[in-house]
Formats: sequence, structure tokens, C-alpha cells
Amino acid sequence: MKRVSETLDNLGRSVLSGVEQMGGILILLISTLGWMFRPPLKLRAIIKQMEFVGVKSTFVVVLTGTFTGMVLALQSYHGFRLFSAEGLVGSTVALSMTRELGPVLTGLMVTARAGSAMAAELGTMRVTEQIDALYVMAANPIKYLVVPRIVASVFMVPLLTAISDFLGIIGGYFVGVVLLDINEGIFLDNIYKYVELDDIYNGLIKAAFFGLLLSLIGCYKGFNTRGGAEGVGMATTEAVVLASVSILVADYFLTAIMF
Amino acid sequence: MIRIVDLHKSFQSQKVLDGVNLEIEDGKTTVIIGRSGGGKSVLLKHIIGLMKPDSGQILVDDVDIAKLDDRGLNEVRKKFGMLFQEGALFDSMNVAENVGFTLREHTKMKEEEIRVAVAEKLKAVGLTGIEEKMPSELSGGMRKRVALARAIAINPEIVLFDEPTTGLDPIMLEAINQLIIDTQKNFNLTCIVISHDIESIFKVGHKIAMLYEGKIIEYGTPEEIKKSPNPVLQQFLTGSIEGPIHIM
Repeated sequence: MKRVSETLDNLGRSVLSGVEQMGGILILLISTLGWMFRPPLKLRAIIKQMEFVGVKSTFVVVLTGTFTGMVLALQSYHGFRLFSAEGLVGSTVALSMTRELGPVLTGLMVTARAGSAMAAELGTMRVTEQIDALYVMAANPIKYLVVPRIVASVFMVPLLTAISDFLGIIGGYFVGVVLLDINEGIFLDNIYKYVELDDIYNGLIKAAFFGLLLSLIGCYKGFNTRGGAEGVGMATTEAVVLASVSILVADYFLTAIMF
Repeated sequence: MIRIVDLHKSFQSQKVLDGVNLEIEDGKTTVIIGRSGGGKSVLLKHIIGLMKPDSGQILVDDVDIAKLDDRGLNEVRKKFGMLFQEGALFDSMNVAENVGFTLREHTKMKEEEIRVAVAEKLKAVGLTGIEEKMPSELSGGMRKRVALARAIAINPEIVLFDEPTTGLDPIMLEAINQLIIDTQKNFNLTCIVISHDIESIFKVGHKIAMLYEGKIIEYGTPEEIKKSPNPVLQQFLTGSIEGPIHIM
């Protein structure tokens, strides 16, 4: 009996903590939107974050996008070859990249690189009282720290996704046409035939949403860090796990709505 | 003038402030002493509006800051400067950017004027030529001095010091004490210092208040405090393990 009550107690606590967390993230989003348009705009901080989230994530996104496109071409080639439909490899790669893999993998990569850094940086600022110092100096930390990170992520993740989509298709072309000898005309023709602009746009909209999610969660976890170095470590891990899972869950719902 | 009236604050079931009443005199240094974890920093955070009380008032020039919204709080905070325990300098900014932060944010000063003001404040805390250094390149004592320069950059009326001498060697400790005394005198500041370093409190304080079990149990000049018969205060000042303060 005691064990059942303990289990229920723990379950209740977890549910409460989850609900509290979701509420906290929502409140942070609302405050961010409130501060976003209040002048003066912190353009310098936004550009600095764009460089960190976007430019410095380019290399990892280039690698991920290219190799994903390549392996996708390789796998689908073996499948399509069974019923002599190798020509569909190009459109399969392009559709998969633009609709799903480009935005999701870019979101996950940026989460690992920049989302974790946001949680760690803000967490360190929290435990070393730098965030309190901002409040004391009559400077709102949401405007100074959260708004630039979120704006930068919402703009840069779609741009990185566009790079990933493009290089994924190029990677697929290289494996399909150059290595596996699929007819170039059929490969490209099927891409033109089956991939529509909406596939690309919707993928980019998804990416912007993932950018919002990963930065919001990274900032929330960093902002609410407690304890010293251990707290910062925990906040970083939790931010990466929560943001990654949220991206995958949100991806399902966005796909269901968009396509 | 800062007046704290019947201030209460609890964290879950733990009462940290249990009816604090205190008046801080203008143009003087008031030191708040008490045991570690006894609520001194919590009291300081209430004075600057970083925490909201469960009940009670914090009156800054007759305005109850506990009732202010963010905008109102920000206006009141412009009267304050604060030196945090570890300095809390912004890691991503150099010394000049740290010290000039409030000037850039809250004044219409030109860059050249800010540069001059930063150099002046750094000189006031005994530092020159370190404007381009990053906080990570500074020693503990230098970091505190830069943080003090940042705290007084906007010429505040009130400066709060959260354990300013913790973690310093005896020479640097003495230097920081002297700096607090000089800064208070030169800029005619109202200072509130949180400390449990007995030697320092008698050096820098015009008035001393002892916080114990959530209340101010003694308040007076250093002489009055030294002569107080209060056994809790005397045990704290002598550092004796025997007495009414339970160690465990």
C-alpha cells in the first residue's frame, strides 16, 4: 500500500513539474514577445547571436545535410531497384530533405550546438548573479539575453535548413547519378515533377518553429538554473533533451497540419 | 531614506525574515550582520526589489517598492548601485563595457563622454589602464573594484554591498574596506553592507544592525554594539561556540 502511494506521489509530482515547466516556458514566450518590439531594439546583440546560431553552425549542418542526402539516395536506390524504379531516387531524396530531414536534423544539430550553449551561458549568468546584476541596473534580462537568442534562432534555423536541403539533394545527386549511375535526366525530371514550392516553404516554416522551440527551451532552462556548476550541467542536459524531444513531437503535429 | 517595515519572507515552510523593521540613514553606512544563511542576502534582495516579500513594506523615499511594477521598479533602481559577492561582472564584456553599461543604457552620453566617465570611476577605485581587459583576466580583488566602479558609474544615491570582503586576502580585504569608506565619503552615498567579518563591520559601519532568526535584534553605532549586553550579539562578535546561538 505504501509503495502504491509513493508511486502515485512521484507520478503526481512529475506531472505537476511538467505542467509548471510548460507554464514557465509559455510565460517566457509571452514576455519575450512583449519585449521584442519595445525600443531600443538590440540589433548588435541580435546580429551577434545570428553569427553564433547561424554562421557557426554552418559546418555541422553542411556535413549533416550532405551525408543524409547521400545515405538516403543509397538506401532508396536499393529499395527502388527491386521494382526498377531507380528514377524515383531523386524525388525521394528531395522530398524527404525539404519536408522532413532538412528541418528536423538542422533543428537537432542547432539544439546540440547552440541550444545547449544558451542554457549553459544563461545558467552560468544566473548562478554568478549576472542576471540579478542586469535587474539591479534597471536592464531587463529578457530583452538583453532572451530576445536576441530567440530572434536569431527563428531567422537562422530556416536559413541553415535551406543549406541542408540543397546540399542533401546535391549529395543524393552525387550518389545516385555519379556513383550509382542513375540517368541524370530522369533523376532531375522527377525532382521537378514531384517537389513543389510548398514542400520547401512548409519545411522552412517548420524550421522557424524548431528555432523558436530550441531557443525558448534553452533560454528557459538557463534562466531557471539553480545551484552551482552541477546546476548548469543539469540545465544544459535538460535543455538538449527537452528541446530535441519537443522538436520531434512538434514535427508530427506540424506535418499533420501542413501536408 | 530607506525604511523596512514588518517584512516577512518564507521559503516553503522555512521563515527567513520574520518581521524585520529597520531604518537606513541617508549618507551613512549601515552594516547588517548575522550568521551565514540567516537571511542577510535575502533582505538585501528585497531592498532592491529582486525578491517580493510575503508581507511588509520596503519604503525607498516613501515609495513602497514591494508594490511597484517592473517599470516603477526600474525607475527606483536607478537610485541604486550594487556590488555583488563575486562581482557579477558580465563575462562577455570587457572592463570598460562593464563599467559603462548603465551610462550607455540610461543616459544620452556620447561614447567619448562615457570613455572619460569610465576612466574616472576606475581611477576612483584605484585602477587605471585596464579598460580593455576581460573579467576573466582580473584577480578577485580587481574584479570587486571594477564591480564597485560599475556600481557607482551612474552616480547612485544608495550602494548595496553583498559580503564585499569574502574570499579576499587580508591586504586586499583592508583595501576594499578603505575603498568602501572613501567611496561613501567622496560621493556622499548611503551604503548598506552585508558582512560577517567582525573587523570590517566596525571599520566601515556608522550603524550596525544584527539580523537573527528573521528579526533585527540589535541596532546602534559601533560603540553601542560593542557594549550591548545582548548575549546573541556578544556570542556572534566573539565567535564563541558556547551561547544562545545553536551551531547545529
